[in-house]
Amino acid sequence: MTTANQNAVARYKNSFLKEVEANVEDGHMVKMCMQCGVCAGSCPLGNAWEHSPQKLFMMIRAGKRDEVLKSDSMWMCTSCYNCISRCPRKLPITHIMHGLANYAYRLGIAPQGQPTQGVARMFWDNLAKTGRINELKFAIDLYFKDGLASGMQVVWNMKEDVLGLVKANRLNLLELFSAHECQDKIGIQKMLAKAREIEDRRKGFTQ
Amino acid sequence: MSKKQYAFYPGCSSQKKVSADNFLRSIDVVCDKLDVQLNEIPDWNCCGASIGYGEGGQLPRIVLSARNLALSSNQFAGQDMVSVCPACWLASRETAERLHESSSLLADTNEALKEAGLSYSGGVKARHFIEVLIEDIGWDKMQEKVVKPLGDIKFAGYVGCQTNRPFGIAGESFENPQYLDKMIEMCGAEAVPYDQKVTCCGGALAFSEPDKAQKQIRDIVESAYDHGAEMIVTPCQLCQTNVEVYQTEINRKQGTKFHMPVVYYSQLMTVAYGGTAKQAGLDGQVIKAEKLEKIAGK
Repeated sequence: MTTANQNAVARYKNSFLKEVEANVEDGHMVKMCMQCGVCAGSCPLGNAWEHSPQKLFMMIRAGKRDEVLKSDSMWMCTSCYNCISRCPRKLPITHIMHGLANYAYRLGIAPQGQPTQGVARMFWDNLAKTGRINELKFAIDLYFKDGLASGMQVVWNMKEDVLGLVKANRLNLLELFSAHECQDKIGIQKMLAKAREIEDRRKGFTQ
Repeated sequence: MSKKQYAFYPGCSSQKKVSADNFLRSIDVVCDKLDVQLNEIPDWNCCGASIGYGEGGQLPRIVLSARNLALSSNQFAGQDMVSVCPACWLASRETAERLHESSSLLADTNEALKEAGLSYSGGVKARHFIEVLIEDIGWDKMQEKVVKPLGDIKFAGYVGCQTNRPFGIAGESFENPQYLDKMIEMCGAEAVPYDQKVTCCGGALAFSEPDKAQKQIRDIVESAYDHGAEMIVTPCQLCQTNVEVYQTEINRKQGTKFHMPVVYYSQLMTVAYGGTAKQAGLDGQVIKAEKLEKIAGK
């Protein structure tokens, strides 16, 4: 168990709802759920969720801490905002799902090797470096994450599209050497580090 | 006539030689025709998109957007900050609203912004370019500029998610928004009714859960075909790329024969306004929009 997780367990004891309210984005809205299930029926990837948002909300109230935070359900969110727009109680469900996933990840107990978690990290590391996304590097990191051979296979399978994008001026191989970036990338890095430090302090990740 | 002025936040995908290079070119033409001036915010940064949630927490993501709002406020005081990308717009608008509502969040944000030599005191309105078109320019003026009606092309207007939810365009429904169809008709073409107008393309999960996302994309393209569409038109860069580029992959895996061009509303408008295929960025299609190119070439 990670220290951050041990601290959280010690601090909130049996009240997982309180823990979520204090540490998860928009967590204070969880108790507003009236269990109608519209979110579950509205999710484009609904059948890929082990537990729908509706179930997760009830599990939080029932104190099922491990079952919720270790689930890969929240990582199935495509950020389509269908659940939010349909929820009769106006719960910001998408934000709560993002918040739960991020909280579990920061506690170190989110499922290891979860693909969307990996892509999210890749995307964030990419943008945090220079302040802007380098699409070419993102594509390379993504498709070659399991090594050269499998990467080449993906590129081969998608060769028409890769060539098409290059020909269409929408994928620039020179981005490997010189890409769009912010002038004040150092300031952005410092700003993001400070934001993380403040958030860590608020959520008790640091003492 | 003086041009309407806006602070412009293009976003990572709408830069030169990246995924929506062609979109940006057509936006330039539309602005020129409609007397809109977009003033690019100097040194703007990535909004973190939706997928940023996994690694970046709430405050780091808010701070990213707050930096853009602060730069916009410093450089172009009094101007609305306009995005052409739904993800950029969503992140900026949400941040602007949250910072307006919570003084403690604003204090935390400013503590971080200080590291980049900035501060934000609120007041910037983050808007989508489509809002500018509909609310500030208006349908009549947009219609007036049409010199080359697109004739008999049938389009499936694909609004997707984040242009439509959670904020959407004022007065439109989440389930069946009308403005994109109206834009198609304004350009003199036909908008076919079909049932996947606001379906999710999978978003960033196209990269992490390809099979699940490709099922979404298949549903969208298939429904467009079934309802007689010849092209799909969208306001979103990620929708455009996902729905266009993964057709080959779906064909390869599932034996379909998809070959449906996917264009932006601004490309339709550029052609209808008399622009060339190149000005409309039609050279940027991986699946060529031949019928549209032909009209542009006439």
